[in-house]
Amino acid sequence: MATETHTARRPVLAVLPRITGLLNRAVTIALLALLVFWLAVNLVHGPGQFGSVLLIGFTNGALYALIALGYTLVYGIIELINFAHGDVFMWGTMITVSIAGTRLGLDGSQSGIVTFLGVLAAMLGAMIFCGILNPTIERVALRRLRNAPRLAPLITTLGISYILSNAAQFFYGPNYTGVGAILPSNILFLDWPAKSLIVILATIPLLLALTYVVRRTRQGKAMRAVAQDMDAARMMGVDVDRTISFTFALAGILAGAGGTLYVLEITTTRYDLGQIGLLAFTAAVLGGIGNLTGATLGALIIGLIQAFNEGLSWHAPGEQWTTSIVFSILILILVFRPQGLLGQPEADRA
Amino acid sequence: MIDKLPIPRWARRAILPIIIVPLVVLYPEYYTSLGTSQLIPTLSTAVTMTVFVCMAVGLNMVVGYAGLLDLGYVAFYAIGSYVAGWFASTQFASHSIVFGAVGVQSNAIGIHISIWLLLPVAAAMAAAAGVVIGLPTLRLRGDYLALVTLGFGEIIPQVVRNGDNMFGTGFNLTNGVAGITPIDPMGFRYLHGILPFLPDNFLLTPNLDVWFYRVGLLLVAITVFCSIRLRDSRLGRAWVALREDEIAAAAMGVPLMQVKTWAYASGAFFGGAAGCFYGVYQGGAIPDNFKLYISTLLLAMVILGGMGNVWGVCLGAAVLSYLNQQGLGAIGNTINSNFGTNIEITKYEAGLFGLLIVLMMLFRPQGLIPSSRRKAEFDVVKEEHETAGVVVG
Repeated sequence: MATETHTARRPVLAVLPRITGLLNRAVTIALLALLVFWLAVNLVHGPGQFGSVLLIGFTNGALYALIALGYTLVYGIIELINFAHGDVFMWGTMITVSIAGTRLGLDGSQSGIVTFLGVLAAMLGAMIFCGILNPTIERVALRRLRNAPRLAPLITTLGISYILSNAAQFFYGPNYTGVGAILPSNILFLDWPAKSLIVILATIPLLLALTYVVRRTRQGKAMRAVAQDMDAARMMGVDVDRTISFTFALAGILAGAGGTLYVLEITTTRYDLGQIGLLAFTAAVLGGIGNLTGATLGALIIGLIQAFNEGLSWHAPGEQWTTSIVFSILILILVFRPQGLLGQPEADRA
Repeated sequence: MIDKLPIPRWARRAILPIIIVPLVVLYPEYYTSLGTSQLIPTLSTAVTMTVFVCMAVGLNMVVGYAGLLDLGYVAFYAIGSYVAGWFASTQFASHSIVFGAVGVQSNAIGIHISIWLLLPVAAAMAAAAGVVIGLPTLRLRGDYLALVTLGFGEIIPQVVRNGDNMFGTGFNLTNGVAGITPIDPMGFRYLHGILPFLPDNFLLTPNLDVWFYRVGLLLVAITVFCSIRLRDSRLGRAWVALREDEIAAAAMGVPLMQVKTWAYASGAFFGGAAGCFYGVYQGGAIPDNFKLYISTLLLAMVILGGMGNVWGVCLGAAVLSYLNQQGLGAIGNTINSNFGTNIEITKYEAGLFGLLIVLMMLFRPQGLIPSSRRKAEFDVVKEEHETAGVVVG
């Protein structure tokens, strides 16, 4: 009897998911169409402005990608949102200012080769600093909590985030600190915002190197193994603790490099810059957390959205709404596509 | 020692409340006799403490009972404050509605409704917002959920800050960065006629903080009472089941969606009421008050006190809000004047709170006064891993 009613009701219920699915798709298409229309009108309105906004968007995206990859790497391996990561990045910018600005005194007046070497030194310094800072955090505060309830490490990273930003406030003061325009604003005879281009170009080898490390090296293989199944990896002889430390170091190195590029592009920084991490994390979720390509794609999208919102003139909500827009996107993504753009639902990651 | 004395169990349980409750309730009467040290909480600090205790107990329902991390609790505080701002000030100057408000003319411009009525309204609006936040997150796992709440906690203050010209229509909803100020005072307008010792308007009493403190305590009492009754109710037990094991709870017939939504709604309810009261006490709803920092601070209160234990959370909230409001600065000044140093301790406030959170998580994750059930949970986790031969720090 019961089974009969069940089968009788089934066709009616079976239609429901299809309808909601169609509705979802229709809403998505409508929203995308609206976005494209808005962009097209803006393009017609001011092509030059549109071009420069596009470039800013890509630069933002490249910077966010370097931070977002750190979130995604760490989440991929121990399923933890590292709220302190944005502040590690902030420390990367601070170290860059210290080395390039205070120590070496770069201000754009030096010759090309000196500037290049100086920036390289600052970048290496920031990468090393953050590459040590991040695994130290893991070692001191997170390793002991690996088997604690899930909320414990998450809350701990929140606490660390406050410590890091307060420490930066202590050492660098509460105001903006920065360097002069180190990079030239045009290349040769072209009137082209060179520093943005340099930032984008500098990101590419970093991303390639990361891909190489994760895909081709033995340590990368260990990372992927731990990400898939920590216990099984341990049984196969993978040093889990060391692999996790290595992942944190990789994330820190990328954040450090991002810090240097950020300073080159923006030229100023402050102790509360770590909040940018929330945008980067949104990018990681948008692309599919744990997925490296996804994080980069998500970061580009978020960077472009931010630039369009802040730079376009025809009906753009403006800078004061950026956080709201980005977080609305985050919420929509989490609700309608929790696995992100490129993520696999609950399948293998990293 | 005390265990050996022939005191019945109920009396032993009653000892602490019998000592503490009068001390707390009569605080305005005796605090001036405690001396003039700046470490003694002033009444205005005490009022702030009651507000934060309410909010922390509300947050505890979400985080402590149901185990859903909420990083955007400040949103409910904001909503509560703005409800007070909208319905008890001159914000909507094109209307003229006066209903039971004190301290305003009967033909005053703007909407002026009695604060006593606005408290439940603010609570209900915050609860509705809690449902709105809760609904999309129902399908999500722990940390994603934390993110959505974080997102709402960032969006609502930004909307409030930019709300003086909603979508370019010129409609002034929130009065932007300046906020809505002043908000009408509280008072016993009608009861004053029957019971003359109840003041007509708190602002006209010799020490207005005394009456605000009493109302704050009343709110705390209601919140704590509701919190305990909810915890022991069918719903509360469902929350705990959900926290312990979502899949097992669902298998036992706990309707996850409903139970989670209720957790958000009830947590937000008390946040809204406390926010409304605090807005009235401060005399305005100012966007700068609604920062992510408040959400984290509230979370730290819950953790410090002991997630899931109402008394622990009250203690944690009282201690941290005292430090935040007055204590840190006072301690710094005391150190400076005694040792001739020159430390501005309030500058390190954020870092100190961060350190506190980290140390608590590392060395006493169950909090100062742990809830017995949560403590058991931590012990089980530890045991499991010790028997498995894994070293736990």
